[in-house]
Amino acid sequence: MTPQPIFTFRHPDPEHLVVSLGGVWTLRTDTPDPAELLATMDATTRHLTFICTELVDWDTRLLIFLKTIIAAARKQQIDINLTGLPPGAQRLLALAEAVGEKSTYGKTLRATIVTRVGRLAITLFEKIREATAFIGEIVLAFLPLLIGKSPFRARDFFSFVQACGAESLPIVTLISLLVGVILSFVGAVQLQMFGAQIYVANLVGLGMVLEMGALMSGVIIAGRIGAAYAAQLGTMQVNEEIDALRTIGISPVGFLVLPRMLALMLMLPLLCIYADIMGILGGSVIGVTMLDLSLVEYLEQTRKSIQLSQCGQGLFKSAVFGVLIGYAGCLRGMQCGRSALAVGEATTSAVVTSIVLIVVSDSIITFIINF
Amino acid sequence: MTAPPPALTVKELTMAYGSFVLQRDLSFSIARGDIFVIMGGNGCGKSTLLRHMIGLKPPAAGSVWYGEENFWELTDEGRARVVRKAGVLYQSGALWSSMTLAENVALPLLHYTELPESVIREIVTFKLSLVGLTGFEEFYPAELSGGMRKRAALARAIALDPDFLFFDEPSAGLDPISARNLDELILELRESLGATVIIVTHELASIYAIATNSVFLDIDSKTMLATGDPKTLLQECSNATVLNFLTRGTGKREIRTV
Repeated sequence: MTPQPIFTFRHPDPEHLVVSLGGVWTLRTDTPDPAELLATMDATTRHLTFICTELVDWDTRLLIFLKTIIAAARKQQIDINLTGLPPGAQRLLALAEAVGEKSTYGKTLRATIVTRVGRLAITLFEKIREATAFIGEIVLAFLPLLIGKSPFRARDFFSFVQACGAESLPIVTLISLLVGVILSFVGAVQLQMFGAQIYVANLVGLGMVLEMGALMSGVIIAGRIGAAYAAQLGTMQVNEEIDALRTIGISPVGFLVLPRMLALMLMLPLLCIYADIMGILGGSVIGVTMLDLSLVEYLEQTRKSIQLSQCGQGLFKSAVFGVLIGYAGCLRGMQCGRSALAVGEATTSAVVTSIVLIVVSDSIITFIINF
Repeated sequence: MTAPPPALTVKELTMAYGSFVLQRDLSFSIARGDIFVIMGGNGCGKSTLLRHMIGLKPPAAGSVWYGEENFWELTDEGRARVVRKAGVLYQSGALWSSMTLAENVALPLLHYTELPESVIREIVTFKLSLVGLTGFEEFYPAELSGGMRKRAALARAIALDPDFLFFDEPSAGLDPISARNLDELILELRESLGATVIIVTHELASIYAIATNSVFLDIDSKTMLATGDPKTLLQECSNATVLNFLTRGTGKREIRTV
């Protein structure tokens, strides 16, 4: 059995306090309560010494105990003699008391509520300024492209096009089909009551083309691509790759952000068309299986209900969503701090910002068109 | 009287990534209290050897012995028990960025001990004070300089009073004064804690300043070329590659600490 840590103390004379330590003082053993010893350190005690002849083993546990005793002795201005302690313990105690770095943030951590509100306001203002400046940087980076000078590599651009487009098709297929099924199902339950089940095709067709195709593909791409952009650029920020671009005079916005945004702007309308078709097909499944409509009948009704201008409205929205998702993903990535945690935060923030921007812009566009 | 068994022994170790053999037939032993340096050029497998020693990568062949226990033959629980005796300082510090320094240092204590929270708090404060970071408990790693991060990582490595301290390129990214201070801190902790220290480095100044034993890994022959006190190797080793490394290519057998 491990010998327990013990300590005894005595006063060879009223001014002198001798503490004897014995047994095993390790993190695996319990520490005796020093209260009685601390109580004996009164104004008459002038000298404190230690004896460790019975000490078997020790680690940080002993040092923590000693620090408590030493701190109490210092308060009473008692002269402390550590020479009786193991040499390693003496050195570690000395090392722990050596003057280290000064914590310069000590006061800021205990800031008042007013200071914190002030800081929050400054941070908010700074973020708005950064977001606005980022728009300006994108516009400036876009100008060389207009005169035929690409600031980025075509290979990068096509790989982003592939990731946004072809590689997103499976998830867009699944979600759009299911959205079509849901819309159709909800409409069927109501319209069947009036014998107007044929109009389910109108509901699904218009719903998909005007809103859901663009919205759902936008949300999917925000989660899939917007988050990926933020993580990619954030990691590049952590690895100082973006700094490296700046130091050799290449605009990170032109080189990294622009191809990503253009890829999204081009691919999202195509994905939107695809999502519209998938949604209509999903709706037709319910129409054919539950409403006794033929597939031809259903598709013909859909064709009659949709006008080309309405398709254009959905496509315009999806192009806007593409720009916004690219903007939010790249902005958060470029704003990322230099730690793994910051990359995670940037990714989350990119998705949240994208979805908020999508919904807000959708409302604005819909309002303007239907005003 | 028989000599005490080595604290750590590597026997005929072969390190490989798939079919690519990095090093083969590595055999050396490290005595208790040694400051043992694993040295060699870039890409020779120094850090990989360290990973074999701390249980992150199993050997392709051969064994690693802690005292009289064959590390890689132990059960998962057995290996966890052995690893508990080791503290590791990674090249980047590898502090968990979502945790404060106090939480970083406290995590091994919470995981391996049943100490009450108040005691853990005291230990954390003490360990941070040992590395000169008193008052930085509530800071996040991202708020510190590179040197401070490294010292905080050292505080985490010594949280459990380890018998073995492993350092992967401790001076990497540090200015000369910080690097020297870290060397002195390593020496002091080794003296005070009585730990066996294993360091991966190619910083000659550090090697001559603190090492008592070493092994030299060669990338071309894919094996070790020498083992022993680097200062002795500098004077006595006849292998041209080792001598070239230890003399920074000058061939002059003199110790340069700057």
